[in-house]
Amino acid sequence: MNHPHLLIPLALSAALGLAACGGGDPLASPSATDAPASSAPAASADPIVIGSQDYYSNEIVAEIYAQALEAEGYEVERQFRIGQREAYLPEIEAGSIDLFPEYSGPLLQYWQGETDARLTDDVYTELQEAVPEGLRVLAQSDATDQDSYVVTREFADEWGLEKVSDLEKVTTPLTLGANSEAETRPNGPRGLMDKYGIEVGFTPIEDGGGPLTVKALKDGDIQLAIIYTADPSIATNDLVSLEDDGGLFLASHLVPVASEDVDDNAAAIIDAVSEAMAPEELVELNARSVEEQAPAADIARDWLEQEDMA
Amino acid sequence: MTWLTGNWPQVLELLVGHLVLTVPAVGLSVLLALPLGRLAWRLPRVGGPLLAAATLLYAVPALPLLIVIPVLIGTPLRSSATMIAALTVYGVALLVRSVVDGFGAVDRGVRDAAVAVGHSPTGMLWRVDLPLALPVILAGVRVVTVSTVGLVTIGALIGVPSLGSLLTDGFQRGIVAEVVTGVVVTVALALILDAALVLAGKALTPWAARRARGPVVVSR
Amino acid sequence: MSLLSEAWAWLAVEGRWSGPAGIPARTAQHLAVTGVAVLLGAVVAVPAGILVGHARRGAGWVAALMGGARAVPSLGLLTLFGLWLGIGVEAPLLTLAVLAVPSLLAGVYSGFLAIDEAIPQAARAVGLSPGQVVVLVELPLALPVIVGGLRAATLQVVATATLAAYTSDYGLGRYLFAGLKTRDYAQMLAGSLIVIALALALELLLAALQRAARRVADPAHTSDPSGRRPSRKDHP
Repeated sequence: MNHPHLLIPLALSAALGLAACGGGDPLASPSATDAPASSAPAASADPIVIGSQDYYSNEIVAEIYAQALEAEGYEVERQFRIGQREAYLPEIEAGSIDLFPEYSGPLLQYWQGETDARLTDDVYTELQEAVPEGLRVLAQSDATDQDSYVVTREFADEWGLEKVSDLEKVTTPLTLGANSEAETRPNGPRGLMDKYGIEVGFTPIEDGGGPLTVKALKDGDIQLAIIYTADPSIATNDLVSLEDDGGLFLASHLVPVASEDVDDNAAAIIDAVSEAMAPEELVELNARSVEEQAPAADIARDWLEQEDMA
Repeated sequence: MTWLTGNWPQVLELLVGHLVLTVPAVGLSVLLALPLGRLAWRLPRVGGPLLAAATLLYAVPALPLLIVIPVLIGTPLRSSATMIAALTVYGVALLVRSVVDGFGAVDRGVRDAAVAVGHSPTGMLWRVDLPLALPVILAGVRVVTVSTVGLVTIGALIGVPSLGSLLTDGFQRGIVAEVVTGVVVTVALALILDAALVLAGKALTPWAARRARGPVVVSR
Repeated sequence: MSLLSEAWAWLAVEGRWSGPAGIPARTAQHLAVTGVAVLLGAVVAVPAGILVGHARRGAGWVAALMGGARAVPSLGLLTLFGLWLGIGVEAPLLTLAVLAVPSLLAGVYSGFLAIDEAIPQAARAVGLSPGQVVVLVELPLALPVIVGGLRAATLQVVATATLAAYTSDYGLGRYLFAGLKTRDYAQMLAGSLIVIALALALELLLAALQRAARRVADPAHTSDPSGRRPSRKDHP
């Protein structure tokens, strides 16, 4: 797993040798520039570096990949909780992360920009074409986790809201709460304006549709929030996820992004994981994290045992 | 408590990660602050501006510093090197003043006597100045250690794992016990390291046992 | 250094300097949060510091508080208060007020202790009430050290106020978090530079205030110009 004893001299030498390496790219990954090849464990091949978003649900999936590979004798290195897409994709493209759980729709939008694809298979087909050189997407899973606009049950009843387009009926000002990156992404206020002609204010809340966002909804500080469909808090807080009738959100299936360092055998292991994951499965995994407060490693291990992949 | 029983291995791992960032930062701070402080003490004309610069440096907020450092020295943003460099900046900024104060507190009569009995300049440093300045310098090292332990948590915001990861993760998942654990373990770690430094200080300066004083620093 | 010029370009974009999300508005928010938080902290710290300092008791207690408080991660307090109070400025204000207390308290307390014990005794001897001793004698004499505490507290708060944007839409930290999440380095760097400039400006202002306070407390300039308490070791 981790090698703190390797890190100490490494960190020291890195800190002491700082002046020598000015002008480097600060966005490059630490493993690309920090770690000399000799620091890798004495295995035949380099370990597969697995990353995850700074999002507990994504970390669980990354941990499942890691344990599934370890069960088959692969050596893996975990670089979890890195940040959002704009933060980690450059590191993947630079080749310093080998495997990353992604979501087909948002990933396609990141690489392609505007696209007309909305349905599961269209998105996946386009995604395969949009992948930069040196990378590939493995088979997509049936499991989905996608953005959705959410309101409280009370607010939905008050204005008769079922679909996003129903928001037209609301005559009071609307404020959308979401992670700050939504302000510039197509899923935020811009998309609402372009696709639905609905104008909303924006309040950044940095917990990824977590408890603070839910609290803000309930307190009435915001009326509309972006919460992922796999988030168990939608059910536990009796929130209403509005149907995206204007096709703003792309189908968003779990899909692994892999570098060339992930060999065919390893890819087959990950494909088996994706295959085994049922459409609503992420909600259950997430519920274990939020409600049972179980660590990602335990949730991953239990799931793999249940699927006979441990 | 249920959260802790299920997650203590992770807490332990993050605690180690926290130490791996804290210890090199404090060590580097001491290594850099000693010669700088000695210089500032011996040459007041250099020392004045140096101390003023240190005070200004300490005024730089942590999150911005973490973001500026990669630009200045070329380390990757998400790396322990960036974290350690930032912590070292604060450590040096705080410690230089302690070192100057420490050397300044050495009794002039003692120094004159040491020169009179034939100590060389190097001998003066190692056998007279440093040992006598040690209690004051150590008080500074204690302050630096404690505040460094607290500062390391900010690294979680740029993707460098530490006990601070418990704060951000607990926040996202809405697990109050996880956040509280993060706060409590961080403070406990700081107090343990502080106690260890007090013990080390007592071992190093047995003659000062009766004059021990706490690290109350009012103005930086 | 191309990033610095990008940051510069970010700052120069038209519209950046006006409107509710513009730099002046954010800076004003940042200063307001800082000021109110220090004020809130002072409401607790100043009376407590006067009580402890006037009685000349509780040295160990204050030292322990300072030591422990230094290690409390503000990020942790902020998330706890955030989960409790929701979005809005309350959670960061409370966190920053807590952050300000130890430095303010220690400033008042050490300021009182630094006064020669004979002076308040003499004031009592000529018939001043305890309240008059505090207001007319001890507070003016302690002023430079108290302002020193204010300076330390203000700097800690203005620096840490960047974290406010983690749970609310306040202050200059917004640029840092928005930039951090989307790896918009120019925005992060530009935001950082504004915060650093603000902190340095406040530091210079408060240093001047401290010098002024020193003139008030000691018009004849008899004490050590550094403002620090003369160490006993200085005496032969």
